[in-house]
Amino acid sequence: MATRLVEVQNLKKWFPVKGGVFSTTVASVKAVDGIDFFINQGETLSLVGESGSGKTTAGRTVLKLLQPTAGKIVYKGKDITKLTPNQMRPLRRNMQIMFQDPYGSLNPRMPVGDIIQEPLDVHNVGLRRERRKAVTAMMETVGLRPEYEKRYPHEFSGGQRQRIGIARALILNPELLVLDEPISALDVSIQSQIINLLQELQQRLNLTYLFIAHDLAVVRHMSDRVAVMYLGKVVETAENDELFDHPLHPYTQALLSAVPVPDPEVKRERIILQGDVPSPVNPPSGCHFRTRCPYAMPVCKEQEPAAVEVSPGHTVSCHLLTKK
Amino acid sequence: MDNREVLVDVKNLRTFFYTEDGVVPAVDGLDLTIHRGEIVGLVGESGCGKSVTALSIMRLIPNPPGKIISGEIIFHGENLLKKSEEEMRLIRGDKISMIFQEPMTSLNPVFTVGDQISEAITLHQKTDEAEARKRTVEMLHLVGIPEPERRYRQYPHELSGGMRQRVMIAMALSSNPDLLISDEATTALDVTIQAQILDLMRGLQKKLGMAILIITHNLAVVAEMAETIAIAYAGKIVENASAREIFKSPRHPYTYGLLQSIPKFAERRTNEPLPAIEGMVPSPYHMPNGCRFNPRCPFATEKCRAEEPELVELTPGHLVRCFHPIEP
Repeated sequence: MATRLVEVQNLKKWFPVKGGVFSTTVASVKAVDGIDFFINQGETLSLVGESGSGKTTAGRTVLKLLQPTAGKIVYKGKDITKLTPNQMRPLRRNMQIMFQDPYGSLNPRMPVGDIIQEPLDVHNVGLRRERRKAVTAMMETVGLRPEYEKRYPHEFSGGQRQRIGIARALILNPELLVLDEPISALDVSIQSQIINLLQELQQRLNLTYLFIAHDLAVVRHMSDRVAVMYLGKVVETAENDELFDHPLHPYTQALLSAVPVPDPEVKRERIILQGDVPSPVNPPSGCHFRTRCPYAMPVCKEQEPAAVEVSPGHTVSCHLLTKK
Repeated sequence: MDNREVLVDVKNLRTFFYTEDGVVPAVDGLDLTIHRGEIVGLVGESGCGKSVTALSIMRLIPNPPGKIISGEIIFHGENLLKKSEEEMRLIRGDKISMIFQEPMTSLNPVFTVGDQISEAITLHQKTDEAEARKRTVEMLHLVGIPEPERRYRQYPHELSGGMRQRVMIAMALSSNPDLLISDEATTALDVTIQAQILDLMRGLQKKLGMAILIITHNLAVVAEMAETIAIAYAGKIVENASAREIFKSPRHPYTYGLLQSIPKFAERRTNEPLPAIEGMVPSPYHMPNGCRFNPRCPFATEKCRAEEPELVELTPGHLVRCFHPIEP
């Protein structure tokens, strides 16, 4: 039986919009607006969605890099929502994050050996010379030549910088790794190298991934389960093949049909969504997707659809499924 | 097979950049043919020279540091590289238009989008203001912008990314060009918006009949859009064929490797690692001898390291630059 590593319940993260003479809060950006999901030990859960869907905010809130506005985050059965930064510190070793931008997330004035070692220094793990040994071993693990430890980030290519990011994230031997668009900025031929490395490390080190991405082909390749987000909500969650073979939410259907396929002989029926994503400051009432949904009904405006488990592990929030 | 009229013929184009660290041969002997009304995809990774090729066709290479050092770009039977700056100005934005990845940097933030399109129209066509205005609203309508009269008066920051790209397309097509160059125009957009814009471009191409050169790193986008695909690597075309041929029987090891390495959206998940291309794109300051792909090529031999292969027509319409092409 799979054990749950992380679970979030009704998680919300709102950012205040300040305005007026006294800089009072006039509105909120509802980046994450009440989501539920869990991640089992050793699996990859992908959060997919377009820009503004709240997937990045969700990833950061799970790690409590952002303090949630409401809801609950449970890590290994322990409620960590209310923990102070000091109380969080010992847990931080087990939860790491890796960012999209391999250029912006590495200190340009630090040699890469020090960059990778820094988490060990911060958490005071082991003796100094043992730390250096750990760095050397980790560099080998992620496919970097250890003799490069004295070099600076600008001397590395994008793919190698992403390897540095992986090494830094893994040096503390974490359980959970949040991967925020880790390959989007890389060239096509380098993407596959990093995907392979991430998968190999997951198996070898029994890592749990929260994979945040917009490239659905990569998501299909990497994930055990997938949660689709739209405008701060999770609209559908299912196992990988189930989601891609039987998408039920109209947004998931449109999203999957919009993905271009690298085969000129495949002609797919495409659902072209009209309009743009509404502003998260003022999301539509009821179902957030209703303004672009081809099947919108009067009830969608009045009432927010509840999540319904249509088959084991496949959850959908849509009135189409509850009205019948 | 090819009795279609050639619109653009790029022959042995070489565009170099002279930097403090040395010479960058961004485009180094590139050949590309675009027929009238054809959609051609130019695909490659960063540094392969695809954008520099587009800027060379437009004669927009910043000089210094860049310089087109040799080659020909024949457009309507005339060599664009022999044109004066004055003559080029009349061609750019008129017979050849271009759209870019980031529409916000190509639109002027202090003018309304309507005024910017009108300006482009009055610049290239002998029309008065009222006529240009009318045509602008027509163009905004054509690219699927709702309430074009109201949008006319809006500023670029008031529009979403997808809408801005539609405005750019409206502006680019207002002169009824023979060639539209799209340089990663949908890369920054979300998938559902990308689908809208690609759908729009396809529809407009059918309606207006212009040729489109799509420059992208995304193989899936060209698979959906292009009739002909050229694969660029380190400043040269390594393979050029119909889209069907490229995807069905790629002959160059680089093309083959790229196609193998992309995760397949339509296939069920396996736990197999992706067949990745080893190594990375060569530094432009230290191009390898011989075939530029040889350090990463699983089939490389002594010959590949010593000599540079030519672009050879292996089967009708299928050009490959390789000594050991993959058997179909």
